[in-house]
Amino acid sequence: MNPNIHIQAEDFDVSDEVEALTAEQPATGAVATFTGYVRGDGGLSALTLEHYPGMTEREIARIAAEAATRWTLSGVTIIHRTGRLVVGERIVLVAVAASHRSAAFAACEFLMDYLKTRAPFWKQEERDGNARWVEARDSDDAAAERWRKS
Amino acid sequence: MNILYFAWVRQKVGRSEETIEHTAQTRTVRDLAGLLQARGGGYGEAFADMTRLRAAVNQVHVPLDTVLAAGDEVAFFPPVTGG
Repeated sequence: MNPNIHIQAEDFDVSDEVEALTAEQPATGAVATFTGYVRGDGGLSALTLEHYPGMTEREIARIAAEAATRWTLSGVTIIHRTGRLVVGERIVLVAVAASHRSAAFAACEFLMDYLKTRAPFWKQEERDGNARWVEARDSDDAAAERWRKS
Repeated sequence: MNILYFAWVRQKVGRSEETIEHTAQTRTVRDLAGLLQARGGGYGEAFADMTRLRAAVNQVHVPLDTVLAAGDEVAFFPPVTGG
């Protein structure tokens, strides 16, 4: 299983990505996808995402390889956008193909939890014309941590 | 060594990267951070509280007591907030 990993400024099309993930994969019986969007709560108007080129791709590849050791997967696509994104825009896609739904669901959640705590991205929020760096959340660490115990 | 800064660390120090020679004063990541903090100004602010910072050496997350070598790529950044 060779994961497709893309860090890009451009938007993506979820159905095109699912189509590509399942093409010529007769063993695939299930695809789970997660799409993250810029949420406009508390007066937030936009996010600007910065990342560490090189390390980001390596870290995501490492996370995908870890998922492939835990579940039998037939394909993984991870796309993360960078730059300035306004409310309603897509930020991230995780799509996982597997023989059965349980592996697809679980691996999709695992990948998102690890992406949030390990991949070197940083978000800056714009609210009412002011820019502020987003603080990491303990709840994200806890979400990733629970995979360690299971 | 090539030193990289990201997010508010980059903003406070006023640059995204620089070269620093590996010496006896930069044995570990923590030593290097201390050296940078001693420069004062934006560096002093950025490295004042190491509990707020994370580091990577050669593009791998590492603890602060990691031993450095000449030619290493060392990055300092806040806890990540992607996804």
